[in-house]
Amino acid sequence: MAYNWNWGVFFQKTPDDENQYWELIVEGLGWTLAVSAVAWVIAMTVGALVGTIRTTDRPWLVRLGNAWVELFRNIPLLVQMFLWYFVIPEFIPPLKRWMIATDPVYAQFLSAVLCLGLFTSARIAEQVRAGIQSLSRGQRFAGMAMGLTQPQVYRYVLLPMAFRIVIPPLTSETMNLIKNSSIALTIGLAELTFRSREIGEYTFNFFEAFTAATIIYIVIAMTANRVMAWVERRAAVPGYIAGGK
Amino acid sequence: MNLDFSVVQGALPYLWKGMQYTLQLTITAAIGGLVFGTLLALARLSSIRWLSNLAAGYVNLMRSIPLVLVIFWFFFLVPFILQSITGAERPPQVGAERTAIITFIMFEAAYFCEIMRAGIQSIPRGQVYAGYALGLTYGQSMRLVILPQAFRNMLPVLLTQTIILFQDTSLVYVISATDFVGAAAKIAQRDSRLVEMYLFVAVVYFVICYGLSLLVKHLQRRLAVPGRI
Repeated sequence: MAYNWNWGVFFQKTPDDENQYWELIVEGLGWTLAVSAVAWVIAMTVGALVGTIRTTDRPWLVRLGNAWVELFRNIPLLVQMFLWYFVIPEFIPPLKRWMIATDPVYAQFLSAVLCLGLFTSARIAEQVRAGIQSLSRGQRFAGMAMGLTQPQVYRYVLLPMAFRIVIPPLTSETMNLIKNSSIALTIGLAELTFRSREIGEYTFNFFEAFTAATIIYIVIAMTANRVMAWVERRAAVPGYIAGGK
Repeated sequence: MNLDFSVVQGALPYLWKGMQYTLQLTITAAIGGLVFGTLLALARLSSIRWLSNLAAGYVNLMRSIPLVLVIFWFFFLVPFILQSITGAERPPQVGAERTAIITFIMFEAAYFCEIMRAGIQSIPRGQVYAGYALGLTYGQSMRLVILPQAFRNMLPVLLTQTIILFQDTSLVYVISATDFVGAAAKIAQRDSRLVEMYLFVAVVYFVICYGLSLLVKHLQRRLAVPGRI
């Protein structure tokens, strides 16, 4: 398999003669990280909330939480992306007007962030629910016996434990979120994968461009892994198997 | 805004063709991925160091890059590899639909590998020893004793992964293959009816995936190996 690698391609000028190709990769990486970071905040906030209400004793809250999870879990992410970008603005005229007036990249960013954030929130909700339900029931009863209200039981007894337990599965959800952000290229957001394909199309050096993107994704995954492993060690609950001591 | 779903009705035959491709891709990738994934799992659990490292490297690579990027990789890699195997003058025209099948088999193998590995590791070690004590070879004890149990234990997870695969195949849209979403997108753009088309696509996927996930839950209760958790 003889392929003539040409790594110099990254230092060639882009067609508009303003940048070199490696700068496009860096720009794309910037968008990937920005979309992932904002979506992560949405996903964690909404996911923790939805996961919590699914363990309460209010049937309508539980049903609402379950419906939320099933809704986002059973539609392909690509289709959800199209819904946020093409369909939902049609039902909200002010949003539609803003999307037409503004720089398209902001409209793409908003759609991508909402789509990825809420999609991931459903998956995080599932983990948080499992985390809370893995606690022994005695903890809840002990809280109630001490006269705490239900919100207080959650705030002071259940959630502090549950969050520490679910950190490992949340790590893999975070990695999934970063990988899934590449689907934003279908609505035109110029993130990392988008840029690497673009470089391939301009220069026909597809393999070099894809290799660069692949290496960056691997580095991101490894970094996220290390950071979360550190958080995991710090947050490990003593006495549990994962807690070591 | 006015919704006009008659556009969906007119496009149904074309959408059905797209759905047939989606189903074909899902089933082929699930079977191919399971076979290849099981072999990968055996390689990962093998005591031959280089073999298990190779399998682990492959699985970790596939799992750390986005599926969209994997699809792009194979889209350009498959014609290139075929060309260097056949020694043809120009890269053969493979087509997006066929490259997608190869891509998804290779990609899903990494995920099925992890499921099968967990399944094999969930079998008590005594079962392997019992197999050896009966005079079975490694291949026989795997095929006749371990894998059937691992497969049964993992069936609900394998099916759940297949539902995810069914949703993920929609990403062949990025290489312009005409799957269900691809067909809908083409009609939507031709008729400028994006809202109706994409809503219809979302509802179809939801009904199928939700129905299948209920079925898997039911199966999970039915299929538990008696006497084990």
